[in-house]
Order: sequence, then C-alpha cells, then structure tokens
Amino acid sequence: MTDIKQLLNKRILILDGAMGTMIQRYQLNENDFRGERFKNHSLDLQGNNDLLSIVRPDIIEAIHKAYLDAGSDIIETNTFSGTTIAQADYKLESIVYELNYESARIAKKACMEYTAMDPSKPRFVAGAIGPTNRTASISPDVNNPGFRAITFDELVEAYALQVKGLIEGGADLLLVETVFDTLNCKAALFAIHQVFDELNKELPIMVSGTITDASGRTLSGQTAEAFYISVSHANLLSVGLNCALGAKEMRPYLEAISKMADCYVSAYPNAGLPNEFGQYDESPEQMGKQVEEFCASGFINILGGCCGTTPDHIKVMATIAAKYNPRQLPILQD
Amino acid sequence: MNKFLKLSGLEPLIIRPDSNFVNVGERTNVTGSAKFLKLIKDEKYEDALSVAREQVEGGAQILDVNMDEGMLDGVYAMTTFLNLIASEPDISKIPIMIDSSKWEIIEAGLKCVQGKCIVNSISLKGGEAEFIRQAKLIRNYGAAVIVMAFDEDGQADSYERRIEICSRSYKILTDTVKFPAEDIIFDPNIFPVATGMEEHRQNAIDFFRATKWIRTNLPHSHVSGGVSNVSFSFRGNNTVREAMHAAFLYHGIQNGMDMGIVNPTMLEVYDDIDKTLLELVEDVLLDRKDDATERLMSYAETVKKKDKKEEVFDQWRSGTVEQRLAHALVKGIVDFIDIDTEEARLKYDKPLHVIEGPLMDGMNIVGDLFGSGKMFLPQVVKSARVMKKAVAYLEPFLEEEKKKNPASAQVQGKILMATVKGDVHDIGKNIVGVVLACNNYEIIDIGVMVPADKIIKLAIEHQVNIIGLSGLITPSLDEMVYVAKEMERVGMNIPLLIGGATTSKIHTAVKIDPVYSGSVVHVLDASKSVTVASSLLSNDQKEAFHKDIKESYETMREAHKGKKSNVEYVSIEDARKNKIKIDWKLDQIQEPTFIGTKVFTDYSIEELIEYIDWTPFFSTWELNGKYPRIFENEKYGAEAKELYDNAQKLLKRIVDEKLLIAKAVIGIFPANSIHDDDIEIYEDESRTKIKCTLHHLRQQVKKAPGIPNMCLADFIAPKNIKNDFIGAFAVTAGLDIEKTIQEFESHHDDYNSILLKALADRLAEAFAERMHERVRKEFWAYNIEEKLSNDELIEEKYIGIRPAPGYPACPDHTEKPLLFQLLDATKNTGIYLTENNAMYPAASVSGWYFAHPAAQYFGVGKIAKDQVIDYASRKKLLLDETEKHLSPNLGYE
Repeated sequence: MTDIKQLLNKRILILDGAMGTMIQRYQLNENDFRGERFKNHSLDLQGNNDLLSIVRPDIIEAIHKAYLDAGSDIIETNTFSGTTIAQADYKLESIVYELNYESARIAKKACMEYTAMDPSKPRFVAGAIGPTNRTASISPDVNNPGFRAITFDELVEAYALQVKGLIEGGADLLLVETVFDTLNCKAALFAIHQVFDELNKELPIMVSGTITDASGRTLSGQTAEAFYISVSHANLLSVGLNCALGAKEMRPYLEAISKMADCYVSAYPNAGLPNEFGQYDESPEQMGKQVEEFCASGFINILGGCCGTTPDHIKVMATIAAKYNPRQLPILQD
Repeated sequence: MNKFLKLSGLEPLIIRPDSNFVNVGERTNVTGSAKFLKLIKDEKYEDALSVAREQVEGGAQILDVNMDEGMLDGVYAMTTFLNLIASEPDISKIPIMIDSSKWEIIEAGLKCVQGKCIVNSISLKGGEAEFIRQAKLIRNYGAAVIVMAFDEDGQADSYERRIEICSRSYKILTDTVKFPAEDIIFDPNIFPVATGMEEHRQNAIDFFRATKWIRTNLPHSHVSGGVSNVSFSFRGNNTVREAMHAAFLYHGIQNGMDMGIVNPTMLEVYDDIDKTLLELVEDVLLDRKDDATERLMSYAETVKKKDKKEEVFDQWRSGTVEQRLAHALVKGIVDFIDIDTEEARLKYDKPLHVIEGPLMDGMNIVGDLFGSGKMFLPQVVKSARVMKKAVAYLEPFLEEEKKKNPASAQVQGKILMATVKGDVHDIGKNIVGVVLACNNYEIIDIGVMVPADKIIKLAIEHQVNIIGLSGLITPSLDEMVYVAKEMERVGMNIPLLIGGATTSKIHTAVKIDPVYSGSVVHVLDASKSVTVASSLLSNDQKEAFHKDIKESYETMREAHKGKKSNVEYVSIEDARKNKIKIDWKLDQIQEPTFIGTKVFTDYSIEELIEYIDWTPFFSTWELNGKYPRIFENEKYGAEAKELYDNAQKLLKRIVDEKLLIAKAVIGIFPANSIHDDDIEIYEDESRTKIKCTLHHLRQQVKKAPGIPNMCLADFIAPKNIKNDFIGAFAVTAGLDIEKTIQEFESHHDDYNSILLKALADRLAEAFAERMHERVRKEFWAYNIEEKLSNDELIEEKYIGIRPAPGYPACPDHTEKPLLFQLLDATKNTGIYLTENNAMYPAASVSGWYFAHPAAQYFGVGKIAKDQVIDYASRKKLLLDETEKHLSPNLGYE
C-alpha cells in the first residue's frame, strides 16, 4: 500500500462528495430500506442510509464508483451513523459491527478495482465516524445545565465498536467527521487509540470539525483554533472542516486552522448554504471557483465535498486541484 | 513552526516565549478556600460558579479546579462542577486545570472537558510504572500535564533534588511515553518562607534556581507553582501576602517561571508595592539578611488588612435596576437576580410589569445579540435560566395579584411546543418554551419526533392558543408544511409559530403560510417569540397582526418568485427521452365494457366494510401497528381492540340508521397520449373529436443510470400507435355526516364524533378500492381473473393505478376541475370542489385509472423552469399562474 503521506506531499488529494444526496436520487422507499432481512422490523427504517450497506450494497458500491470515476483519491465509508448510539433510533444496535465491516468492505473492493486499473493513482478508504446524535458537553435540558444525555465512557464504547468494524472491514484511514462537540471527538480519538492497542495496528487518523455558523464556533462553542488544539494530541494525519458552511463561508476558519496545524489540512464544504427550502444548490462551477481560491492560497492538502455535492462537483474540484501545489507541512523548530 | 504549549477552552491559549506570565485562578479549590468548600459541600453549585466567574473576570487565564476533601465525593463534585462550567461560556472560554492528588478524580475530570486542559498533577511518587500509565492516559485524553517534583523517596526540598526528579521525569515522559515536551509543566514545589525555621530560609531561592535550571536544560517545558504557599506564615494579612506574591512572581518570572496558581483578583502590581515593604519581602525571599523574617513580622503588625477584590468585578452593580437586570440576563448571572427583581417589583406597579418591562427588555437585547451572531447558544440558554429565576421569584406576587384581580394576571395563553417528526433537535424549542413560560404562557411541551396527528390531537385536547413547531434538520421543513396542511385539513385556525435553525421567513412565507389559513409566523429566536405571541393573542391587536403578517408573507412570496436555483435537473427534452420504455406494438390493450360514465347512488356501505384498510384508522388514534396484529400489541392491544369494537358498533349504526350516504361516479374514455406528456380524451371511439386534454408533469431531477424520468402520460399509448383508454372516478362516503356530528357534539361526545369522521374517511378509501376492483374486473374488465385478498389490495398488488390530482404523481390540483367536468361529478355524487380544489365532503376520493401493467405510483418531485413554461403553454395559462399552482414542485425560485 502506498504511503498516503508521500502522495500528500506531492499533490492535493481528492475526497468524495455527499452520500446522502446521491442516495436521494434513487428515491428509495420504506421497503427498499427494509429489504428482505428487515421486512418485519418494528420501526420505520427509511432514512437509515447506513443500513443500505447491508440491504442495498449495489447502490452504495455504485455511488462509490461514481466518485472514483470523478477522480476521488479517498472515499468515505457509508457509516456516518454507524454507532450503537445513532442506530438506537432504529433499534438496530445489534448490526453495528456488521454495518461498519460491510461498509468498509464495499468501499475497499471498489478502491482496489480502481487502483488495479491505474496503479499510479492509488485509492484509499476512509472509515467515516460521525458525531452521533448526542452531545457530551452540552445539556439537552435547559433547566439542568449539568445534565448529560451521554457520557464520555458511553461514547468510547460505542466508537470502539464502530472503529473495530471499520478497521477489520478494510479501511485504510479513519475519519472522525462533522465534529460539533469536541468532547465527542475526543472520545472517538480515545476509542481509536484503544482499538489500535487492542488490534496492534494503527491507521492514519483524519479529523474534520464543523463550524456551525458565522459566529465561527462549533456547536459546543469552540473557535476553530481551540478545536484544533483540543484534538491535536491524537497524532493526526490531517485536520480540517466540513459541513454546515459553503466554501466561501468556511474560508476564514480554514485559514485559521491552516496557519496552526502541524499536520495536513482538509476541507469538504457543503455546496453552498442551504437555501430556504433546505437544498444545497451551488453548482460544480460556482463551488469550483471558491475552492480554487483555497488551493491557490496554499491552505489545502485534501479537498472534497459535503452536503449537496455530487460526482460532478468532485470532478471539477479534481481538475482544479491538479493545477496547484499542496500546502506544505510546517517545519517544527526545536 | 514552534513547539508552544497550546491549551484551549472555548478559545485558544497559546503560551509563547514572549507571552506574559499566565495566571491560573486558584479560588475554585476546596483545599484553599473554605468558602468554596462550603458551597460545594452544600451543593450550592450556582454560587460556586460565581467564584469561578469572579476568577475569570479578575484575569485568570486558566481555572484550577480542586475537589480533594475527605468529606466530599470528589469524582461527583468534579464531574458536576466541570459539567456546569461547560454551560457557562464566560468561564469555559478559558482552559481548565484539573487539580487532584487522586487519579480517579483526575480521570473523571478529563472526561468532562472538551478543550485541551492541564492535569495537576502526576509524579514519580508511586513509581515509574504508574507514572507512565497515567501519562499515557493523559496523552490519550488530550491534556497537558503538571509534574510535581516528587518521587519514591518523597518531595524535593532542595535545589539538587528538584533538578534530579524533574530531569528524570522529563526523560521518561519524552522518551518512553513520547509526551510532547511543550506539554510538560514542572511544579518544583513552592514552600513557605519566613516560618522561623532555619531550613526554610532557602526555599524561595532554591525554587528560583531550579526553575532556571529546568528552563535551560529541559527544552520546551514550563514551570508553574502554587504561589500562595510562599506566604503561608502571614495568613490573614493580605497586604503582606499580596506583596510577597507579587515579589515572588517577579523573581520567579525573571528565572523562567511562566505560569502560576494565584488569586488573580488579589494580586498587587510589583511596582506599586510600598518600597519599604518590598525591600523587607525581598530580603526574606532572597535570604539577604539574617533577621529578615523578624523585620517583616514586625512590619506586618503595623499594616491594616485591606480587601480590594470587591470593586474589581462589581462595577456593574452600580447601574440602575433596569441596567442590572439587563446585565444579569445578558451575562447569565443569577447571583443578584432575586435582589434586583425585588427592587424592580417595588419600583413597578405590578409584578407583571417587571416581566413585561425590564426583564423582557433584557431578553430582547439577548435576542438581538444572538440574532446578530454576537452571542451563541449556551449563553442564550443561560440567559433563559436567569429569566426563569426572576419569574420564579415573582411567582407568589403574581399569584397574589391574580387573587386580587383575577382578570389581570391570568395565564396569557397556552402554547403547545413540538419538534416535528423525524427530528430530535430540541434545544431551540426548549429555549423558546422557557422564555415563553417566563412570560406567563402555559407551555405544553410534547417533546421531539412528534408526528402531525399527535400535535393536532394534543393541541385540540389541551385547547391551546398557539402551536409552535421546531426543527433543525432540513427534512423538517417539509414536515412543518405537512403539519400546517393537516391543521388546515382538520379545520384549525389557531396561530402557528415556526422556528428552528433551518427555518426561514421566506420558507414560511412561500411554503407554510399558503397551506394554512390561520396566522403563521416565523420566529427568529426565543426573545422575539414573546412579542409575537402577545400580538397574536391580544384582543386589540390580533386581527391587525394577522392581516399584517399574511400580507407581508404574501408580498415576500410574490417577490420570491422568478428567482432561480441549481439543483441538478435534466432538460425536459432529455427527461422525455428517458421515459419508461413500453413496447406498445407488443401490448394488448383491453377494450372496456362501456364508454362514458356510470353513476352509483346510495352505494351499499355494508359492501364497503370488508374493504376498509384498518391500519391507518389505528394510527389516526395513535395506535401504531398493522391490523390485525395490533390487537396483540403488549401495550395497547386491548385499547386497539376496544376502539375496533366501538368502530364496529358505530359502523352497524351507520348501516342500520343510514348515517352516511355513499355515492360514486366512474368513467372510461377513449384516450391517447400526445406530445409525450399530455393525454387527449375523445368524445367517442372514432377518436375524431377531442373532449378534453389532460396535462401531466414529468420527473425532471437527474436520475441514476437506468432509472426513468416518469410521467403519467407514459402509461397511455401514443396517438396513432394504438387505441387506448383512460378511466376516472369520484367517490364519497361522507354525505349527510354533519347531522350526526352535530348530534354527537351536542352531547359533548367528541369520541364518537371523531370516530365517525375517521370511519367516513376509511369508508371513502374503501369505496375507492372497491370501485377500482370492479373497474378492473367488471367495467374495464382488463383483469377478470383477479382474485386478491383485502391485504393484497392494500399492498397495491393489482394491475394499474388510480393516482389522484394533487398527489405526488399528478400534483397539479387544477386538473381536478377537469376530472369533475368529465364525470359531471358534483351533479352525480354531491361532492363539490372548494376554491382551492379541496373536495367536500372531506371523506371523498377522486382520481384517474391507468390500466397498463407498467403503470406505477411515483412522485413528480421538483421540476425545472423549461418544463413549467412548456406546461403553461400546453395548458394555455400564464406562466405566473402556472407557477402558483405548481409552487410546491418548483425546483427554482
């Protein structure tokens, strides 16, 4: 396996775009999500996109391939909600390991095919680790600010199971993403190192935070710099931002991180801000113009798209990114 | 890039070589502050938070938290206090120092802090193995560490022992644990001086020398210490102590100490120290004179104690009561809220005026700051808490007022709050709920993931005056539209408030307001909700407000049209090329048994009963589960059965007493598709005279390969290829329902009233099912052999479809009048269309019959402007009129 760091020094690597946006195109219904296996499940399963890795692996594979065709160097597994915490909404905690394992396996298979076709462009699977739907440092109860709906230990346990599934399913990298509460992320990083010790195997770790709005803060209130500092202990391959903002809105926070980070820097913004109807409608060309500026400013090592982005967006980004040198790692002075 | 110590709370703290000395606030320490210990012991955490806030406002850059006291459950106290601090952005903006000699308390603290904090402390006291284990864990939790100069043989009390232990610790940490050197902070032990003991004379000097050695020989590491230890023998004499601290720090910093645990609100400036005192202090610290201790002691006798901390942070207390309340609300400070609220209560005529006046003014400032991105969520939550406290204080006075004058102080109104189905985010909703409750509204919060039927049911049950919907994820937008539609359908007219992160005024104006005839108001944030609610419910203002808001939304909608968006569409030409592939040449098309219409007056309800799909009936009543398995449901099987039995009883009455009358008309007509998307209907089989033309819409969103862009016209054979037919129907089971409803309601029998309406709806659906079956088997007779059970019918296993105008496959409601004309439906069945093309009685169903085996249900979804222009010209309508009809489907603005 090629060392991804060598590639990152040479060129800007391209991540994939949105999974959800692509799944929507299939207009799946409740029965599609249930498949044969879950046809008698007690709860509605429509919208549980991660489950498609098990019931409709053909769709997930096709989407991965669409992104690989568009030029993605790294594709994310379909495991954004692949923890027992997130799957509890569907009473599907029991399938979490399988879900992660299968998702990683599908992505790995696709990557291997593409790498074989063109060994000069090796493809990598990033095991996607989402934020869960609970916050470890914010109380959901306004009258009881000391209350927590989830503890660090519970998060570590849930993440460890996901991480194990991803690693054993064949992930090349781990990506803790859409971090809106840094304590959740720290629990994920803690779990990752725990699993590394257990399996005696280490993968490069990527972390991507989410600045929620123009306040420049994460949901849990941290600035971009504070966020980076809080996760910088974990020996990261890369740090960066995704979701919530379009490329234009993300720029100042990305710049702040790029100035500080002693690892590689990633960005995968949304296709603009959602319009009033909740849709992301920035075209590949519009978005391309904005990310070109990131590349030209030397902020970036890994570039991709989040909500609303499609293979067309990724294709444009890949073409643009190829024209620019990647951000150089800072030299640490002794 | 340099290896600096980087820490974080909500904000970063980077310690550079040129950084000033870093103050670590020490008062939130149960071992160092009796006051703080008492607050923690008594679980007065809110007051304990004020101690922390005082430290931050006084200039602390890091906050030391220590809960090491024998009588305390240290793990609990540490966890509770740190979690509370996390909700106080004024405090949690700075990094935390978790201070304990017990590892389990340190670890509990590490699990609560999102920022990069400092552990204070670990040491070689328990041996190398334990030291390494703890250091590794601290690394995995992402914290920096203070290492005490302490080893297996005890605490370092000389210069030599200090450097020996520190260099050994440094080597283990950097070599074995791979701990980043810049994250290591040494505490080379600050011990008291001027104790009168000979061996203590060198304590300060040894510390300074060791500090210098560490900073020179252990690269990137830092030096900290608990400064107040040095003046231990002058307890009670703050003037001398402050001078000693300031002088100690001055020399410590000169030698490389870059961090220290101090009380930042009690720090004298070195240059401001009285020169005589300074000399005496330095004589002691630097061991310059043999009698230094005695001389400082005698000087100390002469100095009066003074306390200067009060004025530091209490300046805001000197404002007017209104300013103080506003400050407390904006800053989220509860300490003085009772006193200030009381003062305001005495000043104002009525307790309610305190709420409506200064408290709401304060909340409006909060709202404005939040709205403009100058405050963020945790602060707003805090403000709401202060508000609630103030109102709680006023509560007994409000009650009293109510007794004196029942009319004036009653509850302003009842508001039901819900996060819509499919969404779990409720922070915003909670805030709005709290704020409204603070303003004397009764809040009925029904939680998250609440489906429309439940919202409506509970709103009706509690007779609320307003419904507030919240949601954060984008699919919630559609759900809110749905709730509004359902509210309209059931005939509600109470105001509807819309809030949540993805909602917007424009979405409310364009999507929600038009589907609901009552007031719909988008509320940007919690504080705005109060003025909105009061305008909506005030007898003087509500009509004008309703009219204003409707008009302003109407204006926004108009302004909004004609803009464009960029979701991925294919051109209408390409969409047509990607139509579903049907080989018409091979297909056999069945001739119907009649052409024209057939009317069924007074259809047997009895016959329809077996066609009822009971599952939706139960979900109407919030009993979810498939019929008949629902009767086995552990929780509500018995209730479901009872409901079913009551329904059966009422059905029997419906049949016996003819409470409902069912009528239907069906029609089958010669038809062919033309120009891809339209269907021509002919007067007769000669197909020479066109009776009317139906216009359909085609899916235009870009599809995955192999998936067609569908249009209903695809299921009818194109003109000149083969002769085809289309069917149509309109059925009702709700005629005469009003009489019985009135009867039930006059007896306050809501149960049967609702039951009757629900059954009428089910019967209408059953009627549509039954007629469709007869069409397939008898009238069009394209599938005479069909033998399907009711379950199979419900699962749509039959051949052909019966899509209804206004539903996803043919979303344009304006095609419905055409259907009605074709069937002469109003005359034949008594169903009429309202001006919005809704059918009355509500228990009615109408639609088209498509017989082709490939026909399937689908949703048109969003469409692009080229199709809308084309559609308008086909329908010979103006574009803007067409866009208005199709607004939910417009893929552009």
